[in-house]
Amino acid sequence: MSLSSTLNGSYLTPRLRINKVLPYFTSHTETHVSPKIDSSRTHVNYEVKEDVAVIRMNDPTSKVNTLSVQMQNEMIEVFNEVLANDAVQSAVLISSKPGCFIAGADINMIQACNTSEEVTKLSQEGQKMFARIENSPKPIVAAINGPCLGGGLEFAIACQYRVATKSKKTVLGTPEVMLGLLPGAGGTQRLPKMVGIPGAFDMMLTGRNIRADKAKKMGLVHQLVDPLGPGLKSPEERTIEYLEEVAIQCAKGIVNKKISLTKEKGMMQKVQDYVMGIEFVRQQIYKTVTAKVMKMSKGLYPAPLKIIESVKAGLEQGPDSGYLAEAQNFGKLAMTSESNALIGLYHGQVACKKNRFGVPERPVKNLAILGAGLMGAGIAQVTVDKGIHTVLKDTTVEGLSRGQQQVYKGLNDKTKKKTITSFERDFTLASLTGQLDYSGFEKADMVIEAVFEDLNIKHRVIKEVEAVIPPHCIFATNTSALPIKDIAAASIRPEKVIGMHYFSPVDKMQLLEIITTDKTSKDTTASAVAVGLKQGKVIIVVGDGPGFYTTRCLAPMLAEAVRLLQEGVDPKKLDALTTGFGFPVGAATLADEVGIDVAAHVAEDLGKAFGSRFGGGNVEVLKTMVEKGFKGRKSGKGCYVYTPGLKSKDVNPDIEDVLGKYKLTPNPLVSSDSDVQYRLVSRFVNEAVMCLQEGILNGPVEGDIGAVFGLGFPPCLGGPFRFVDTFGANKLVEKMKRYEEVYGNHFTPCQLLLDHAKDSSKRFHK
Amino acid sequence: MASMLMNSLRCCPPVNPAWAVQYATRSLSTSVQLHAQVQTKSKKTLAKPGVKNIVLVEGVRTPFLLSGTTYADLMPHDLARAALQGLLHKTSLPKDAVDYIIYGTVIQEVKTSNVAREASLGAGFSDKIPSHTVTMACISSNVAMTTGVGLITAGQCDTIVAGGVEFMSDVPIRHSRKMRKTMLALNRAKTLGQRLSLIGSIRMAHLTPELPAVAEFSTAETMGHSADRLAAAFGVTRLEQDEFALRSHTLAKQAQDAGLLSDVISFKVPGRDTVAKDNGIRPSSMEQLAKLKPAFIKPHGTVTAANSSFLTDGASAVLIMSEEKALAMGYKPKAYLRDFVFVSQDPKDQLLLGPAYGTPKVLARAGLTMDDIDVFEFHEAFAGQIMANLKALDSDWFAQTYMGRKVKVGAPAMEKFNLWGGSLSLGHPFGATGCRLVTTVAHRLLKEGGQYGLVAACAAGGQGHAMVIEAYPQ
Repeated sequence: MSLSSTLNGSYLTPRLRINKVLPYFTSHTETHVSPKIDSSRTHVNYEVKEDVAVIRMNDPTSKVNTLSVQMQNEMIEVFNEVLANDAVQSAVLISSKPGCFIAGADINMIQACNTSEEVTKLSQEGQKMFARIENSPKPIVAAINGPCLGGGLEFAIACQYRVATKSKKTVLGTPEVMLGLLPGAGGTQRLPKMVGIPGAFDMMLTGRNIRADKAKKMGLVHQLVDPLGPGLKSPEERTIEYLEEVAIQCAKGIVNKKISLTKEKGMMQKVQDYVMGIEFVRQQIYKTVTAKVMKMSKGLYPAPLKIIESVKAGLEQGPDSGYLAEAQNFGKLAMTSESNALIGLYHGQVACKKNRFGVPERPVKNLAILGAGLMGAGIAQVTVDKGIHTVLKDTTVEGLSRGQQQVYKGLNDKTKKKTITSFERDFTLASLTGQLDYSGFEKADMVIEAVFEDLNIKHRVIKEVEAVIPPHCIFATNTSALPIKDIAAASIRPEKVIGMHYFSPVDKMQLLEIITTDKTSKDTTASAVAVGLKQGKVIIVVGDGPGFYTTRCLAPMLAEAVRLLQEGVDPKKLDALTTGFGFPVGAATLADEVGIDVAAHVAEDLGKAFGSRFGGGNVEVLKTMVEKGFKGRKSGKGCYVYTPGLKSKDVNPDIEDVLGKYKLTPNPLVSSDSDVQYRLVSRFVNEAVMCLQEGILNGPVEGDIGAVFGLGFPPCLGGPFRFVDTFGANKLVEKMKRYEEVYGNHFTPCQLLLDHAKDSSKRFHK
Repeated sequence: MASMLMNSLRCCPPVNPAWAVQYATRSLSTSVQLHAQVQTKSKKTLAKPGVKNIVLVEGVRTPFLLSGTTYADLMPHDLARAALQGLLHKTSLPKDAVDYIIYGTVIQEVKTSNVAREASLGAGFSDKIPSHTVTMACISSNVAMTTGVGLITAGQCDTIVAGGVEFMSDVPIRHSRKMRKTMLALNRAKTLGQRLSLIGSIRMAHLTPELPAVAEFSTAETMGHSADRLAAAFGVTRLEQDEFALRSHTLAKQAQDAGLLSDVISFKVPGRDTVAKDNGIRPSSMEQLAKLKPAFIKPHGTVTAANSSFLTDGASAVLIMSEEKALAMGYKPKAYLRDFVFVSQDPKDQLLLGPAYGTPKVLARAGLTMDDIDVFEFHEAFAGQIMANLKALDSDWFAQTYMGRKVKVGAPAMEKFNLWGGSLSLGHPFGATGCRLVTTVAHRLLKEGGQYGLVAACAAGGQGHAMVIEAYPQ
């Protein structure tokens, strides 16, 4: 059970897709000064093999290569030498870092700029460098192994030929859009020519990673090289060597004309080119893509539109205008609050992928999960394929087989998508044991319970489990609202008890909220974080309390949503207003997804804990809905009616009666569309700030990450704390005071927020 | 299993034999140690007190033919029958003197899934002799033999016929799963209405047939592709592979011409001519071999149709007995079958490294060193695979990193290695090759006067086999 919902499935970037970004922009802590000369080069060097110059990149200060200032300067130096060297006929560009070609540009380069003109200039320098590569009289073959993203991809596509390994690590893509930027070094100009206009839009607007085999099909790379296994050297080392050998062959082939750079076009290609040659068709494409972007992004994200604009400028007005538009738009985007927010989230996400509690004393190798419901099976699904032996225990055969089927289906869907083979699926499933008893629990290193949200049941379970597990075993409880200390009260070793709040569906939602009590030991926390990281989660570690952080922020917003429904706002309208603000899922749909019964439960619990401050809508509305069987999506009816197989949904006609019974009269002073939005958001944000004030949160970064990745707080705003910084605490407080006059303490700003409102120099993020 | 890419190899015209002979004298040895003819062995014999000596009395095989040639109209058990009858004929073994018959095969004909039984009945063996069929990819007949060794050692049997058969001229091609499901449902349908509705549900897609998989099940990679990657991992060049392939064909041709392949029986194919010789041996030239395009990894791969083994039809059979029984029956055994091992590794990246893993292990078991071995017979799935295995055996790094050994055992001397050709040239009927290797070692030991021989082979699934064979004192 969890207070969150399906936030996946977006085609265009803006939503939560950001979390899929590989380290595209990577920041260096040190800045490199003093340009070095000749053999003192540290990042780029080259060696001549017969008549091929092999240019090798390796940033010694980082795990990945980035196009930092130093990398660029040395690259230009080397390139000049290669051009001037008469013994060289062609060149191969390769990274000597196993598993990384170029992960992107250096983000600090952009963040160090203060004006859009400076950023535009950066972009133009990049464009110039790649133009020289593109026009090089000596062919350059890019040999790609590992991520080739952002600026790295732009570099590669400026080369004359591309060879890539089929390694799983090799991905190509332009993830700039996820940081609110655009490919600013010629990407918007070269990609449409290389992969066609629709393909280029797809790449640049979604920012998705493309695997090597797909890249070959798209025409993004020319040749693929298989990763090698054990030989006379380590597989990684030999694979790079092999890639280099093949790339050298290609380079020679191009020089002696055995390999033609002008691709024979197939019939389909010719037809497509012809069609794309018609201006009317192109205009239609721009229109369709723009409409789609507007629909998905609600116009809240400027980057996709600027990408379309830059592509269009190049195709319709020629390369000069195109490159200029790209550079200028890049400069503009870099200065937007959206980009700032998205980059903030990226940094936050990186931070939340680290274990600040150190290495646990013993790694978790055997994990048992109690309860094979949606959550339990979901946790099993993300655990079993990480090399952890997983026990899934339920009390009934029916419950267990439903859970096992869920795990199987999750893996089988991956097989169908060909991300894993059927053999890998079977092999993974071999690590999953389904059972009804506690046999084998004496070997468990960690138990995660995901049983029904009832304190008595949880107490019974903890006692049963502690009777069979070994002393080192950690007991983690997956609850969305029950305070962990209350659950731990039944434990004979509370230092081993911790909360692990997963979000549903577990395999899609990136966030894991870990809750520690005063008694939880540091090693227990380290171990829970290590397991979560293995499961691929972005983790926030918060203090104990009713609703912890995420549920506590969501509850007042949902209470407000119920009040709005009572005031006669139609569920569809409510959804439109929330998504219009940037939430990926509307408030009414969110309630349905979470489950009306869960919402009622939480509202009541937290209402008791926090008193009238958590009021707003009448809990009876939810309870009556539950009585009538309107439990949300799972029961087929909630605010909406869900018909299996149908994507569209209609408002549940029967809730009119319920809402009619509890009807409230709206106050026109605080009921404009914008007020409705801020009533919802301000309660959310105020509660988040209060969590920081009370020490539930460790810092604003985790607060932002938790809100965006767990609850779908608008990514373009960067999370509640960045929102306060950008929007202005004083403005927010001003609005809240206005609402407070009407609704009372529901809208009383917390002290920390008031402090920030008073002193505009106070900011949550530097 | 060999390359499924069959016949493109056959476009290479045969070459000037004089050149070929000259070529064969060139050493391809990767290790340079030269061995004095007279050499002291680490051990005089591998006989162990209290352990029965098991002997190879005789080994035969049908000629190995390119699939789709003279054997095309037969069934697998026909080939196995021919081998069994050849064995009976050559040994004058009474038809009821055998305790058990075991056959190995890979691609099964569904009608004769226990091909050992069908073949032994058809070959006229007593119907009182039980027989079973085993499968372990390219080392299936090795398993058949070692199963027999086990039965004798355990005191269950004294006389075993083991063999292998593969028939690639005809393979089971099935209806699609959808079609099969419909047809099976049709079987159970009770009313005309049900039948008609089932028939009506058949779509074009149902009619697409299902071919036998050429890819490794667990990895979905074809063997040739894996071999090419293996060659690349060990830095085996195209030239090395072509040279080795040419060596195999050249040596096979010499052996055939010199009448050394005495295990081959002639076989009157019903409705066709009598076959007496393998027909896949075709020495070519390096120039011709160099012209071929890579067959699996394009365009930069190194494995071609010519340096891979080809699809072959053939069967083999051996007579294995306890030494005392053989002597009691008046036989003169050819060799002792001694220590053997089966090994297995990662089917993705080490698919074809069976010999590299099996050789050191079996040598250690037998207490022998590489120098003690006089005759090597390794299964040649691909020239690149053989070269990779030789390089692995010769690498300290590989031995330490992947085999947990302190030092390498070293590569076999090429002067002792597959001197009568190998699977690349003689052909490779998957299930039958193991018996050919063992019989060849026995025959070479007799001919060359050596003491110990070593058989090693790789197999699909990342498995492998190695066996030490000791010459029977003459």
